[in-house]
Amino acid sequence: MSLIEIKGITKTYNPKKIPVRALRGIDLLIEEGEFTAIVGPSGSGKTTLLNIIGGLDRQTEGEIIVDSVNITDLSDNKMIDFRKSKIGFVFQSYNLIPVFTAAENIGFIMLLQKKSKNEISTRVAELLKSVGIEAQKNKRPNEMSGGQQQRVAVARALASKPKFVLADEPTANLDSKSTTNLLDIMENLNKNEGITFVFSTHDQRVIDRAHRVVTIEDGRVISDVKVEKVKS
Amino acid sequence: MLLKLAWRNIWRNKRRTLITIASIFFAVLFSIFMNSFQKGAWVRMLDNIVNYYYGYAQIHQKGYWEEKTLNESLELTDELLQLPAQIDGLEKVIPRLETFALLSSGEHTNGMMIVGTDPEAEEALTQLQSRITEGKYFDKSDKALLVAGGVKDLLKVNLGDTLVILTQGYHGLNAAGKYPIKGVVHFASPDLNKRMVYLPLDETQNLLGANSLATSLALKLDDIDDLESVIEQLNEKLDTETYEIMDWQAMIPDLVEAQKTDAAGNYVFLVVLYLIISFGIFGTILMMVKEREYEFGVLLSIGMSRGLLALSTWLEILFMAIIGVILGILGAIPLVYYFKVNPIDFSQYGDEMANTYEKWGFDPIFPTIMDASLFYSQAILVVVITSLLALFAIWKIYRLEPVKAMRE
Repeated sequence: MSLIEIKGITKTYNPKKIPVRALRGIDLLIEEGEFTAIVGPSGSGKTTLLNIIGGLDRQTEGEIIVDSVNITDLSDNKMIDFRKSKIGFVFQSYNLIPVFTAAENIGFIMLLQKKSKNEISTRVAELLKSVGIEAQKNKRPNEMSGGQQQRVAVARALASKPKFVLADEPTANLDSKSTTNLLDIMENLNKNEGITFVFSTHDQRVIDRAHRVVTIEDGRVISDVKVEKVKS
Repeated sequence: MLLKLAWRNIWRNKRRTLITIASIFFAVLFSIFMNSFQKGAWVRMLDNIVNYYYGYAQIHQKGYWEEKTLNESLELTDELLQLPAQIDGLEKVIPRLETFALLSSGEHTNGMMIVGTDPEAEEALTQLQSRITEGKYFDKSDKALLVAGGVKDLLKVNLGDTLVILTQGYHGLNAAGKYPIKGVVHFASPDLNKRMVYLPLDETQNLLGANSLATSLALKLDDIDDLESVIEQLNEKLDTETYEIMDWQAMIPDLVEAQKTDAAGNYVFLVVLYLIISFGIFGTILMMVKEREYEFGVLLSIGMSRGLLALSTWLEILFMAIIGVILGILGAIPLVYYFKVNPIDFSQYGDEMANTYEKWGFDPIFPTIMDASLFYSQAILVVVITSLLALFAIWKIYRLEPVKAMRE
């Protein structure tokens, strides 16, 4: 059983006025442990697809099964609970809570999950270390660089031990050094801890690191390539 | 964590938060002061009118208040005179025999109110002795009068002069007598000042042929808060077919109406004040929601429930309200206390203004009162108003689509 099963997904915006067909029938299977990049030009439907997989948006037609749960008909509240426990999000603009420190941002979702204080502090310390920002743990987002903020965002996405992480253009606002650092971190998490990552990107540096590249154009999958990585 | 999130969020835009808090602060300060001032003025006015003569309640023979004739007098039985020993909260009963009479001296004659009373009991209720401006207070056995200052002027008499009283006694009896003036008393109320004449009760009963009768028993209570309970006990204890027990509100309905009218005027002012403040708070909420739609979208995306997000936003708004209320109360306490100790005396601002108030029957002195309910009622009101206004933010959160919010 695949981790994510996408069956005949379509998405039409403004169906009653001027319909815009963002997705025109996507079928895709994503297995556990994959490091997949969804690529394509602007407006091709990458972000829409990611939002639908993450339950942030609803498809017009089709079915989507995540970790054996058909999320197509989940209610709004159940979807929020599902996201909280199964999916981690990394956004292009980091989207950290500005009034919280790095450590508080990471621990916030665990608090929402009503985890104990001890469990939270242990997990936060572990994640701060794994993304290499222990020194920044008491800093607020406006006191950190873009690269540091994005690493906090990755740590936050992993805090609840999700089944997979959806990252929407995670490197778009980063310089090349920060991009390399971030990709190293995510690749290590994928390799060592088996965390599944699905990116939407048109950053060649991300594409070069991906193990599978799914190309979308005009709302359709036009290619799906698995890349054999040479272990260094 | 929610409290931390809400608390830190309100300081993200310090200037806006401070303006909102300041508007709540001034609203609370003004409304507490206004209410305290108004309530203080009414308490003093009531004190003037009720304590100067009526008492907070009276017992009459049934039907007396309607007719106000001596023929509706009650028998001063032991049962009535011993009531203070049997009713909790009742300190004293003051028997009075009241009637209208013609008073004459030389060529001057005028209609006055004769009050036959027990000097000692009267003193306990109305502190009549403290209002003596000339001469001395009377004794129970005296056959002499105390007259109000205005009576003295109308009849052109002086201390020691004799006044002739001519009236109708009990059951149509002709009653006439002459008495020397032993003392002159002053009433703030011009109405009382020009018609009140006091005579000891025993002598009044003799004069009117109404031995052991009284027209009313004024009640002195331990505490005004006991009024309701005292009346309840009296209704149980006494035969209500024989007696009527009336509180000051039943006896002086005009005063109650005037108080209601004044309170209504004050409420209109407070409604306008809070309406203006509410628009200010709503403006803050509107801007806060608009500015943070994106952030709300992110929080919903990462798994925060709409309920928690709404709660956190409500807490933010509530924090601002609570800070404003606390500061408003802290600011109002010294202000209210100052005017309680140093009441505004309108006689300092000219005789005309002082006379206007005196014409209505009360001193031109306006103190504030310190009453806990004045403070907490404002706190509750502001919390309710802000919570109602916060419903807008909560409504927006429940309608928010995360993807749309983050895209916009």
